[in-house]
Amino acid sequence: MKVPPGVSPSDFAKAISEFEDAVGKEWVFTSDEDVALYRDPYSPFLGEPDELVASAAVAPDGVDQVQKVVRTANQYKIPIYPVSTGKNLGYGGAAPVYSGSVVLDLKRMNRILEVNEENAYALVEPGVSYFDLYRYIQEKGLKLWVDVPDPGWGSPVGNALDRGGGYLMAHLRNHFDSHCGMEVVLASGEIIRTGMGAMPGSRTWQNYKSGFGPWVDGIFSQSNFGVVTKMGFWLLPEPDAYLSGTVYVPRHADLVPLVKILNYLENTRATNGMPDLGSPLLQIPMISEIAAWMSGDGPPPPDAELSGLLGNSEAGYSPELEAYALRKGVSYWSCKLSFYGPAKANEANWEFAKGKFSAISGARFVDNESYKLPLTPEEHEKVHKPQFGIPSLAMFSIGARSRTNPQPTNGHMWFSPIIPRTGEAIFEANRVFNQAAKEFGLPALAFSLPSCYWERAFIFIFAFPVTRDIETNKKNREAFKKLVERAAEHGWGEYRTAPAYQEAIMSTYSYNHHALLRFHQTLKDAVDPNGILSAGRYGIWPKHLRSQQA
Amino acid sequence: MRTRWLVAMSMFFAVSTPAAPDQAQVERGHTVYDKWCFPCHGTGPGKPGTDSLRQRGQNPAVLEERTDLNASMIRFYVRHGVLFMPTFRKTEISDADLDAIAAYLTRNNKK
Ligand SMILES: Cc1cc2nc3c(=O)[nH]c(=O)nc-3n(C[C@H](O)[C@H](O)[C@H](O)COP(=O)(O)OP(=O)(O)OC[C@H]3O[C@@H](n4cnc5c(N)ncnc54)[C@H](O)[C@@H]3O)c2cc1C
Repeated sequence: MKVPPGVSPSDFAKAISEFEDAVGKEWVFTSDEDVALYRDPYSPFLGEPDELVASAAVAPDGVDQVQKVVRTANQYKIPIYPVSTGKNLGYGGAAPVYSGSVVLDLKRMNRILEVNEENAYALVEPGVSYFDLYRYIQEKGLKLWVDVPDPGWGSPVGNALDRGGGYLMAHLRNHFDSHCGMEVVLASGEIIRTGMGAMPGSRTWQNYKSGFGPWVDGIFSQSNFGVVTKMGFWLLPEPDAYLSGTVYVPRHADLVPLVKILNYLENTRATNGMPDLGSPLLQIPMISEIAAWMSGDGPPPPDAELSGLLGNSEAGYSPELEAYALRKGVSYWSCKLSFYGPAKANEANWEFAKGKFSAISGARFVDNESYKLPLTPEEHEKVHKPQFGIPSLAMFSIGARSRTNPQPTNGHMWFSPIIPRTGEAIFEANRVFNQAAKEFGLPALAFSLPSCYWERAFIFIFAFPVTRDIETNKKNREAFKKLVERAAEHGWGEYRTAPAYQEAIMSTYSYNHHALLRFHQTLKDAVDPNGILSAGRYGIWPKHLRSQQA
Repeated sequence: MRTRWLVAMSMFFAVSTPAAPDQAQVERGHTVYDKWCFPCHGTGPGKPGTDSLRQRGQNPAVLEERTDLNASMIRFYVRHGVLFMPTFRKTEISDADLDAIAAYLTRNNKK
């Protein structure tokens, strides 16, 4: 049996025995074979001594069991690492940040505690997956949608705590923003409820977010200050209809007004679904097209002339490439808009959007799908499911073997900088990262368009493949860190990252001699003085490990 | 690492004749399969596991339609993952559920 660092074998044995008393022997995993299931399948350290691994795992089935486990861990100073569904692929999987920690696997806590149709919210435990919540709503015939990320097997709780995102309206798309109320077990074993939940018998825990006094919820995301055991989320009442339309614009520089108009339309809610940029010329699919393209239903490969022009272009541009686009009538950029609401309002909003985009000379419009909701079973199979609140795993096509991807990968790590929501920023980021890739000996980066659309920011997500070759992985890790630095030099920070880079990224948020990190550390020392919870997560180390990491 | 793989792989092919799966076990396996495997390995569009096997020349590519799978092979992939497919923990798919999946996916094997 592996023993966590800094813990004596006898203390660990006592703790394991107490964990077994708390949750049942069957749910404490200590054999190599069982503990290996907590390895990160997409780890950039696969096969290296530095791989982050657990020493054991313990899986409680209720908040009282969580409290017992946490109290035991606190008594013996055992580092523990809570995960909800543990499917944080590309951002660390279920493996701990501090190697040798015991994973607190909350998957068995999978109760859907309440779904309220009239006020459109749910209260769930951490082990409830998007699939579970969706099925529950379907079985009960409730007219509600859940905003889901691409992988349906993750959880509202785990995804929100890592501040992930989905596809529906702006107020739901950012999953941490759309939560309402938490229950948290602190390192002492004490339970707190946030927001209105702090009032015994509160009748508005999932209705009103901030409660009374300081609103502390944020400190439990991307952090290590508590174990979240319940969380509320706002849902979407099923809209009447869906409509989508795409605007195509001809020239490279058109991206700037395209984004500007898009921002106006979304921030006035004239369009209310997630926008989706693509480039027919550069053959960049819109997000809603990726799965279909990857399984071979994309456009034909570029002709010889276009291939040559693309190869000679810089950051997606050359005058010759643009001339080709204009000559052949291939649009440089596309943007798909989604409208949810009454069918007539959707049509009116799309007409309004067309009017605004018509300011761009040569803009063309294509009316896409229009559905009366709910979707029919046939329509279900045609759509990009997350845009209809339906969980799926289709997006795994980006790494799996397929007609367009004969060389499957072993996983990805995501480099995810946040940039301002402007066309100029898209161009600048591409220029900067393209140049950086060259300098750092990475394969040329294809022109990139945003993957996440927050209301006032874009997030780029560059996928770095994880390989079975240690040297390549090492090189990619180094390049990743340099990209982080390069991004910071331009004022761009990452929104989220895998444990391998959390410290490096946190150190770029360094205003006033790392005053914010020092504040996190002050909080850490106050709420978790023994430093047992998720040591190192997002670069926040407990006092006794801080000098070791410096 | 490599040796572990080789040993495990060689175990796939040294299988004894499977015992006839019992019906309740097969039904349970079907339920677990629908929950955990179908979203990637099922029929219909947007099933990356099925696409991947089809691309590799597997026919049929849908796991439920195959008659050449065996229990150790199924256990191996679920617990070790392969390429883009991750591992599944025992809190997700218990050993008993995994046995049931194996019973379901081998139900049509030639005896
Ligand atoms: C192909 C592909 C597509 C993806 N698409 C998306 C996408 O569209 N949107 C998106 O957001 N992500 C996406 N991801 C990333 C990731 O898979 C999802 O975000 C996933 O939901 C995260 O895993 P999880 O929900 O199981 O969270 P978990 O792994 O359970 O949690 C994540 C982390 O949060 C902390 N944590 C979790 N639960 C608790 C708790 N109860 N108390 C305290 N701390 C806790 C832990 O540190 C944990 O490591 C994608 C990944 C892949 C491979």
